Amino acid sequence: MAIIKADKLGVSVAKGPSLMTGAVPKKDWWDVPAIFKPGNYAYPAKKEIIEYHTQKTFPNHPGLFGQPRDWDPETDDWKLPDGWENIILNGLKERLDKFRSLKIFMDCCVRCGACADKCHFFLGTGDPKNMPVLRAELLRSVYRNDFTLGGKILGKMAGGRPMTFGVLKEWFMYYYQCTECRRCSVFCPYGIDTAEITMIGRELLHLVGVNINWIMEPAANSNRTGNHMGLQPHTFKDNIMYLCDDIEEITGIRVDPTFNRKGAEVLFITPSADVFAEPGIYTAMGYLLLFHHIGLDYTWSTYASEGGNFGLFTNNEMMKKLNGKMYAEAKRLGVKWILGGECGHMWRVLHQYMDTMNGPADFLQVPTSPITGTRFDNAASTKMVHISEFTADLIKHGKLKLDPKRNDHRIATYHDSCNPARAMGLLEEPRYVLKNVCNNFHEMPENTIRESTFCCGSGTGLNTDEIMELRMRAGLPRANAVKYVREKHAVNMLSCVCAIDRATLTSLMNYWNPDVEVCGVSELVGNALVMEGEKERETGLRFEPLAGMEG
Amino acid sequence: MRILNPFIAVLALIAVALVAAQVPGGQVLVGIILPYLAFALFLGGVVYRVLQWAKSPVPFRIPTTCGQANSLPWIKQNKIDCPSTKLGVIARMFLEVFLFRSLFRNTKAEMHDGPKLVYGSSKFLWLFAILFHYCFLVIVLRHMRLFMDPVPGFVSALEFGDGFLQIGAPVFYQTDAIFLGAIAFLFLRRVTLSNIRYISLPADYFPLFLIFGIAFTGILMRYFLRVDVVAIKQLTHGLATFSPAITGQIGSIFFIHVFLICALMIYFPFSKLMHMAGIFMSPTRNMINNSRMVRHINPWNDPNIKPHSYAGYEDEFREFMKEGGIPVEKE
Amino acid sequence: MYGKGRIIPALILFLGVMTSPIWYNSGEVSKLPKPEKPKDYKECVAPTQFMRTSHMVLLNQWRDNILREDGARTGRTANGTEYVRSLQNGCLKCHSDRKKFCDTCHTYASVKPYCWDCHLQPKEAM
Repeated sequence: MAIIKADKLGVSVAKGPSLMTGAVPKKDWWDVPAIFKPGNYAYPAKKEIIEYHTQKTFPNHPGLFGQPRDWDPETDDWKLPDGWENIILNGLKERLDKFRSLKIFMDCCVRCGACADKCHFFLGTGDPKNMPVLRAELLRSVYRNDFTLGGKILGKMAGGRPMTFGVLKEWFMYYYQCTECRRCSVFCPYGIDTAEITMIGRELLHLVGVNINWIMEPAANSNRTGNHMGLQPHTFKDNIMYLCDDIEEITGIRVDPTFNRKGAEVLFITPSADVFAEPGIYTAMGYLLLFHHIGLDYTWSTYASEGGNFGLFTNNEMMKKLNGKMYAEAKRLGVKWILGGECGHMWRVLHQYMDTMNGPADFLQVPTSPITGTRFDNAASTKMVHISEFTADLIKHGKLKLDPKRNDHRIATYHDSCNPARAMGLLEEPRYVLKNVCNNFHEMPENTIRESTFCCGSGTGLNTDEIMELRMRAGLPRANAVKYVREKHAVNMLSCVCAIDRATLTSLMNYWNPDVEVCGVSELVGNALVMEGEKERETGLRFEPLAGMEG
Repeated sequence: MRILNPFIAVLALIAVALVAAQVPGGQVLVGIILPYLAFALFLGGVVYRVLQWAKSPVPFRIPTTCGQANSLPWIKQNKIDCPSTKLGVIARMFLEVFLFRSLFRNTKAEMHDGPKLVYGSSKFLWLFAILFHYCFLVIVLRHMRLFMDPVPGFVSALEFGDGFLQIGAPVFYQTDAIFLGAIAFLFLRRVTLSNIRYISLPADYFPLFLIFGIAFTGILMRYFLRVDVVAIKQLTHGLATFSPAITGQIGSIFFIHVFLICALMIYFPFSKLMHMAGIFMSPTRNMINNSRMVRHINPWNDPNIKPHSYAGYEDEFREFMKEGGIPVEKE
Repeated sequence: MYGKGRIIPALILFLGVMTSPIWYNSGEVSKLPKPEKPKDYKECVAPTQFMRTSHMVLLNQWRDNILREDGARTGRTANGTEYVRSLQNGCLKCHSDRKKFCDTCHTYASVKPYCWDCHLQPKEAM
């Protein structure tokens, strides 16, 4: 679909009538219907994908994904099951009993509005319902109507709304205009986390078969082939071997990764996008070089070939199911611990959910770096270490031979991915690595990094092309901060530790800041690594000429 | 309507109280029976709501990390905003509850041509929220002089401090004025900021009007209409000793004041005011960020959800794997 | 119920704090203050109910009127008795013992007027 040009969209964002620019809608928010039209929604899941999930992924959990069918959000017949309202209300009751967070977040909001202008979707669209408080009110109004005394007695006076088709449409629209980035929860005086609300909202939508293909298909792929891309084992391996060929061409060194090897010390898992798509593949080349450089005894797995977990964007059941492969494979291969690549939401799952869902990992050992001897006590139970933690430790102990001048053609800044920043607290490790592998590093403004970092705008399964304008709007706050350092410090490389970022920020930069490229931190590590016996490097891992080698 | 209805509701409460103060038996109803009822509902309601929350587990450890985590020993951890120990969480919760730490972070985003986003510091909400809550606390504590005999030293000290300007007789309390000002700010903010006005519900205006009504009648009573404090203390202290009696002459303004307070106490457990208890139980704030160190238990974790098995995977792809030189379990 | 170990004690603490006035008084009905009335005088400068609620206003008015507006130093009661508009020479003339009159109610209601920062009560003067 043709998308509006950046300069036009820029004017629309800054001048068009929206709550961000001071135009207040005339109608109350509950009287403004959600209208689906091309470009403002992601396509529903294909019938066969939902069939796969109901028959293959969850044969023993009927009802988790509603009825497989083809349906069109633009029509008023979504082919919902009979009594769908009750399915939703019963589902809500079940989740209120399962999640204290949901109850507290439903009950405690005072609508102070501190969250309102913290959401990148609101900043970019000015749509009132993209203020986290209203996003939550979409669900809260139904909760009040059916689960609180005030709502039962006073109904609308108490802010209650019955569950109607109109409400369902709003949910589908706005729970898929939230990337669960948790920025609002940093600023909320009660820590209300819209990610929780969106997750529950999406779970409820699934119960009545309302979903998007861009999440459900990768989830199906991941279940079957082990990764979102649907790469079958031999293809997965082939892709990595191509990368090895490129590495040999650039460095003269042949790296020799192994696959599904029993008895390796470490299992390495990264998002499959890193072995498949630009610019992620350069990050993967960085990993390959690094592991070769230190002689790590590790293996890839084709079965657990996905770090990411679109189950996080689906429901708890799917998240647990897809995540389970990691421990299962670690156990089968008999490794000592697991090393995880650069990915945002993957690390939310690994850090905050994995051990609880699929632990205890008592067949693994507390991760210890075989090179430095450092014991990663912060991962003592989960037994999984982040590549940035691992690399930072190596650099600190002087175990890497680095030539940061090889990144002199890069003036880098660093984008904190939402999940490592706000669900993990991984802030300094990647920065430490960056500062050691490149000479030019500049931070973006402080309100846009670390715990206040802005989302790429396309996380949680929203980086699909049919909603490109929405994504460019939602990514504007991030793009704007990059623009600032581009103008001030001539930054030309936006580094990050997230596979989704590498894909989405690339689109975002192409759109708003065309001369800024995107890379994983490990790519810059790979560039800087001085390999034993290597030839003189003339290009970086993208075959781009190094500084001073342009001629 | 969102503003008018709750305003009318508060006016109606005042009218009811005014009538009740005049009719026979009304003073006993408003001054003795209703306070007991309201207080019981307040306590019972809050406890009930908290127990209802407690019935649901916290299945996952989901703190919002607002600083560097506990990691390698040479990386400086932010022990309060990203706590890895109980002590850290206590410190975080202390700052949150007593100093509104998160609200202090507040910024204001502005969209300029370009498009260009600018973020400015915005501490007014924090400031007035702090003033509002602390004034409320001081005022409640000051009122303890009416419920305790002999009056404890800290209450006298508060009264002294609060009235240290020594303006007028009875002495003017600064908190009264600041309190009214803070309520006015919170109200004006709701009606003047377009996005806040858009999200505000009757349930947001009602407690503001109600609390304003309470403060206003209290100020009227103390500084303008004046009542016999000894007669009032006889009643209020009587309430606290279960021997309430109305003997002296007490003005209607007192009964309006009490009636509104009772309304607030009854309303409290069923409303957003429960944030007072909720803040202590918010999982994104009160949990230790140690989920990779210590396994958190989810009581409803479903052991029947197992990953698609390796055996099933190999069965499907065995030939490809063998061709690709990937080891397999079964030849 | 989950998290009993922390929630139950917290709720008990909450209830304890909220009901602390009850425990503090431990059900003891306090003695109502009985200010000693002057034996020799029957009539005050204003009706009793007014004096109960508003004597402090009256005192302030006297002060402002006399000191700042050069007002009359004496007034007359409803029955025509002349009195001095003064705390020390007026009020304390009849209510001669501060402790037995003023302080009884003021202590009970925890009101500490700053009259005595400057004024001396008769007995102390002696």
